[in-house]
Amino acid sequence: MEGEAGNFNVTLLRKPRYIKEDKCTGCTVCVEYCPVKYPDQYNQDISLNKAVHVYFAQAIPLITYIDESCLYLKEKKCRICEAVCKNDAIDLNQQPVKEDINVGAIILAPGFEPFDPKVREEYRYGEFQNVVTSMDFERLLCSTGPYAGEILRKSDLKHPHNIAWIQCIGSRQVIEGGNSYCSAVCCTYTQKQVILTKDHDADAKCTIFHNDVRAYGKDFERYYERTQNLPGIRFFRSYPSIVKEDPVTHNVTIRYTTPEDGVIEEEFDMVVLSIGMNPPKGVEDMAKQFGFELEEHDFCKIDPRNPMLTNRPGIFVSGALQGPIDIPESVFSASGAGSQIGEMLKYRRGNLAKERIYPEEKDVSQEEPRVGVFVCHCGANIGRIVNVPGTVEYCKTLPNVVYAQEQLFSCATNSAREITDKIKEEGLNRVVVAACSPRTLEPLFRDTLREAGINQYYYEMANIREHNSWVHQKEKEEATEKAHDIIRMSVARACQLEPLQEFDLPVDKRALVVGGGIAGMNCALSIANQGHEVHLIEREKELGGIANRIHTTLQGLDVQEYLKDLKSKIYQHPLIHVYHNAKITEATGYVGNFVTTVESSGKGTTSIKHGASVIAIGIDMYTPTEYLYGQDERVLTHLELEEKITSDDETVIGAQGLVMIQCVGCRNEERNYCSRICCSESIKNSLLLKEKNPDMDIYVLFRDVRTYGFNEDYYREAASKGVKFIRYEPEDPPVVEPGKAEDKRDVLKVTVTDYILGKKLELDADIIALAAAVVPSVATKEVANQFKVTLSPDGFFKEAHVKLRPVEFATDGVYLCGLAHYPKFIQETINQSYGAAGRVLTLLSNDIVVASGSVCTVNEKQCMGCGACVEVCTYGALELKDTKQGKKCVVNPVLCKGDGLCNTKCPTGAIQLRHYTDNELGSEIDVVVPEDEIMKQIDAAAAADA
Amino acid sequence: MCSGRVDMGFVLRAFENGIDGVFLGACHLGECNYITHGNYQAQNMVLLFRRIMEHIGLNPERLRINFMSGAEANVFTESVNDFVKTVKGLGPLAKGEGIDPTELKTRLAEVKRLIPYFKIVNREKLTTRLEGHDHAEAEKLFTKEEIDKQFAEVFSYWIDPEKCQACMTCARRCPVDAIISEKQKIHIVDQDKCVRCGTCFEVCPPKFRAISKITGPVPPPPPEDKRAVVRKGKEEAAG
Repeated sequence: MEGEAGNFNVTLLRKPRYIKEDKCTGCTVCVEYCPVKYPDQYNQDISLNKAVHVYFAQAIPLITYIDESCLYLKEKKCRICEAVCKNDAIDLNQQPVKEDINVGAIILAPGFEPFDPKVREEYRYGEFQNVVTSMDFERLLCSTGPYAGEILRKSDLKHPHNIAWIQCIGSRQVIEGGNSYCSAVCCTYTQKQVILTKDHDADAKCTIFHNDVRAYGKDFERYYERTQNLPGIRFFRSYPSIVKEDPVTHNVTIRYTTPEDGVIEEEFDMVVLSIGMNPPKGVEDMAKQFGFELEEHDFCKIDPRNPMLTNRPGIFVSGALQGPIDIPESVFSASGAGSQIGEMLKYRRGNLAKERIYPEEKDVSQEEPRVGVFVCHCGANIGRIVNVPGTVEYCKTLPNVVYAQEQLFSCATNSAREITDKIKEEGLNRVVVAACSPRTLEPLFRDTLREAGINQYYYEMANIREHNSWVHQKEKEEATEKAHDIIRMSVARACQLEPLQEFDLPVDKRALVVGGGIAGMNCALSIANQGHEVHLIEREKELGGIANRIHTTLQGLDVQEYLKDLKSKIYQHPLIHVYHNAKITEATGYVGNFVTTVESSGKGTTSIKHGASVIAIGIDMYTPTEYLYGQDERVLTHLELEEKITSDDETVIGAQGLVMIQCVGCRNEERNYCSRICCSESIKNSLLLKEKNPDMDIYVLFRDVRTYGFNEDYYREAASKGVKFIRYEPEDPPVVEPGKAEDKRDVLKVTVTDYILGKKLELDADIIALAAAVVPSVATKEVANQFKVTLSPDGFFKEAHVKLRPVEFATDGVYLCGLAHYPKFIQETINQSYGAAGRVLTLLSNDIVVASGSVCTVNEKQCMGCGACVEVCTYGALELKDTKQGKKCVVNPVLCKGDGLCNTKCPTGAIQLRHYTDNELGSEIDVVVPEDEIMKQIDAAAAADA
Repeated sequence: MCSGRVDMGFVLRAFENGIDGVFLGACHLGECNYITHGNYQAQNMVLLFRRIMEHIGLNPERLRINFMSGAEANVFTESVNDFVKTVKGLGPLAKGEGIDPTELKTRLAEVKRLIPYFKIVNREKLTTRLEGHDHAEAEKLFTKEEIDKQFAEVFSYWIDPEKCQACMTCARRCPVDAIISEKQKIHIVDQDKCVRCGTCFEVCPPKFRAISKITGPVPPPPPEDKRAVVRKGKEEAAG
């Protein structure tokens, strides 16, 4: 790689696949005949695969490749695959190919490397057969895994019923080969594995050995609670050791301690090592090649003010190369890095885009329905439960079905092409694919129809996986019958379908950002830097939000300096308009075309037109009622403490004893979530205090210390500087009351049970600092109503999808970032605000958005003008208009969301939800039970077969 | 498509097809992901239709709505299993109730004809948002007496052959083409097609006032050969 930002030349070496990609159909006949068996890397080497194989079931493209275990490649022998391939797709003479590409920017997203427990003998991995890693176990749980979804032990291929998980393998350890940091994801993935294990085997006993359960993510606390409440689950806070393997049963014995019973040895059928994250393999070479610096743990050294930047301009980083992070944060940074590249390369936007040209659509509305049915095996997902070939034969007996076939994976590129071809060859004008949920793949298959010149709404999906094979695994015959029923209904509906046109809406190129904190400002800047006008709405008279009260971060960022710089960038930007003391009085419109009315000081009432909206309204802090807060001025929240530390307040700096109490106002019934940032906040303040007054006695009373990621190092530092950490249980919280110390000074007496010493401690505190919960902003509900977006159970805004769409709402054109989504650190907020900007740009960079064809339509003649439909439309899509023939309903299709309430209220059936009309749905109801006629046909077919 | 899209007509169609039970799964009340909250309306439809079923002698337990989220597979399974058990206990449609299947067909056909009528007369209640999750309380939305009364008070629109001047106005405006009309011939409301919307009643020119709303049996139309219009205006002019 050479060059500079805006103009890099990258040389890629493409390894040979030994398969011609354009010829291979993914039929896997070659795999069947290949004589070489070797451990399957994708399945963690647990099961065997062939030298020629498909890497995994969802690989793209879904075709085979040949790896180095091939006999021909090694010894010039064999060549069986060449002989059996019907499509001449094997090419054993392929050579590596060099490719030069010219790019303007580079994103590094190499991920991470799972920790290898073999580096430490004491884990016994590789030595004891029934000690596996969490990666191994993940594969065992999976239906495409080594035992097709059965959890089996290596030693005897039997189901383990008593499984132990050991947390922090390779993490939170300053030892040779270990990592000092917390890997941030293992606590929750372990809970997921436990829940899945219980799904597999309801009687399974699961034991988790941990040291703090770090359920710090959104909804994780509820998930943790769910795991704990399952029968047969035990959580132990203990560093266990794996001591022996039974020579006969191969069961594994673990030694651990509990405060009640001391040292215990217990035997388990299987032990899972919850391994952490290492930097990606070869990261040092990569750093050299791309010229970026590494931090002390060998992840990428990032700028705390912009964690997607490397030290080299034009090279960005996303995902776990930033450090151990979970999926949502990876997605923030991916989208965010994209947005920053958009800022750099905006002048070239769209240059490489090619318009997709579809063949002209054939009008088949007057033809008799000719239905083609494609029944998918989904690998083994459907095929091993439902008799697919038999189902295909059944389809052929259905009225109007002129063609039916099976497919291994209907979603594979070549299968989709096959559907297109068959439409043309067989003159199909309706297509039913019997496979999975339309949620994921309907768009793909609609596209397939368009490719064949057929209106995409002539497509119908029969879900025989989620609704059938996945839930009837033990009733194969009934599942096959049910597949018939589902397909019969789909075929009936397909015959009634009408061709529909989608239509284009113009997009207003401006954005509105609600909230002028760190999230809102960064998002606004990134959008504006890509050439779009931004209206930034701030409730207060100053920008900055909650960050105005924060002085430093744990990593030492000067937050006030950073804010000052950020604010000046905002005010200097010609495309950003800031509204202070602003209040939104009305928000109307829809994706691409919003109108929001804002009252603000200086600007009065403004009506703003914009195409996208970003919600970044931040949070409020909980005002404690516990621990004498508000009654005794020596009890502070952490924000107040930080203020006093920064101003060198003598009562704080000079304190002899300071007690911090964690989880005040959350992780309880009322707020069943973890505020995520408080543990690190307490450690930050402890370290600041220890620096100013090393003799101060600092106690942190905690439930779990959740210093995930690199913050773990600061936790260790605090402990080494003498900060005392004492765990308490929620049922037995600390008690605070005024009293006198031994030296007769007035103090607050804090009584707490120490579970390690097994006795009550009495601490003398001159100051108490409460880790007060982060709570949703009071404005949350109002803003949610205005922008028609929803809230999570804990009252924070609810993203469209936790992992896949973490910065968007289900409502089109509305985006989300910052603490309004969930508590998070400044660095995470910055990742997410750029991420939101990236998503906003995917909307605003288009001139049009396409609206669905599945909206309501009115047959004016049939409309009696009663207005029952208008009344129930919550989107304002319907209104009554006067015509010569009396009042008639008219539809604004842009506003219609397709819920169809109007349809059920209409007495005459004049208003119909397209694609879900009375006719279309009624036709399905009519064939739920096969008519006698159909039964006869089946009988006749069976007789003919016999 | 929301659960509120489930039409009374769909439920009826299922029973017409001889299906023994209809189960409607909807999102939790008050937890709409959008702003639609159509599940309340689905519930109202079910409550109304259960009373209608009662009226025609069908066991209302054959129709059930349960509320659950997409993440609650267990709730779905339990609800469906319980419903299947209930329906099996009730026995096959009609037979379980001791109704002759042909008789049931007639009754269902009658209900089908009246669906538009039920939508019109219950318009307000069908869109109510019932607060609280008390099942017994919800059942009170429609009472048996109320529905019996609605059945008893079904009205019809009727064109008085003495008054109709065959002006075609009502026929042109009828949303469902339920008026048999021809120039110079008195018009007749096809009672099987009529949805009782009252458009004809409203648009019939005031000088004729040929259409009236009547309860009880509708007088039979005059025979084909006696449908020529008696021209009022001309007679009067001649007179």
